[in-house]
Amino acid sequence: MNKPEPVQVVKKRRDALLGALVGGIPYIQFLGISFDRRGDELTGILAYDDKLIGNPMLPALHGGVTAAFLELTAVVSLSWATLWSDLEAGIIETDDPAQVRLPRLPKTVDFTVDYLRSGLPRDAYARARITRSGRRYASVHVEGWQDNRERPFAQATCHFVMPRKDTTSDGA
Amino acid sequence: MAADPATLARQFIEAIPHAQALNMEITEIDAGIAEILMPYDARLVGDPATGVIAGGAVSALMDTCGGAAVMCHPSAPQGTATIDLRIDYMRSATPGQGIRARAECYHVTRAVAFVRATAFDDADEPVATATGAFTIERAA
Repeated sequence: MNKPEPVQVVKKRRDALLGALVGGIPYIQFLGISFDRRGDELTGILAYDDKLIGNPMLPALHGGVTAAFLELTAVVSLSWATLWSDLEAGIIETDDPAQVRLPRLPKTVDFTVDYLRSGLPRDAYARARITRSGRRYASVHVEGWQDNRERPFAQATCHFVMPRKDTTSDGA
Repeated sequence: MAADPATLARQFIEAIPHAQALNMEITEIDAGIAEILMPYDARLVGDPATGVIAGGAVSALMDTCGGAAVMCHPSAPQGTATIDLRIDYMRSATPGQGIRARAECYHVTRAVAFVRATAFDDADEPVATATGAFTIERAA
């Protein structure tokens, strides 16, 4: 029986791929979103910043920021789910993260967000659940919360058109 | 005499830090109709392969424009917040072009405002449409 790979090697490979996916999206950097990975599960983290405020009187996070945060968490989680299975199957090599050819991102068809309570001026978290992912379409539910996981401040449902399997981010 | 709803609405929207961060500019705001322009900005790109503005940035524009339409409604709300918003993305915005949203607050009740909005780039076909419900805060 083969000896399992050292844990650091496995982690490094997975984090390199996630880093390439997330680092390539400028709007994620602009909003200050990062992703915490535990195994295959991702949690989006929106680090508080004054420029994210929508109502300075309360103050509260801008509804558009909340929507964008949930949508980006959905896109990244959906794309990551595909990447993860390809990585584990050995289809993607990440020895040189700069050389990783990422697939095209899923395209958002529609997005519905419910605002459940106002976003407080502090960090926010989000987790997506891929309700259905087919060859062409996917449906994703995503929930955002702040201090208390049991009290979400927003939730959203989004539909995506999946990228064709044979296309990558450089169009090849 | 209190300022008219359009002036109050403009002040309300211009005071939003995130609207400033996205360089949003109000081009029309009166009688429940608002139009806001968001210039193209490489920091707002969602897909590095294409340079297309992120759907999330379009959401922020639609949400702001919807709120602006509510605030300038003749019933003169004192404040508003989004209850829900649905956005349909018809096509990718053309890279390099700004996005212009136009929202109409077409019905209000005591507590709720109903809004629809459309976003365009330089072409005539819409990039996205949105419908939403907003709260209405009245003076006590």
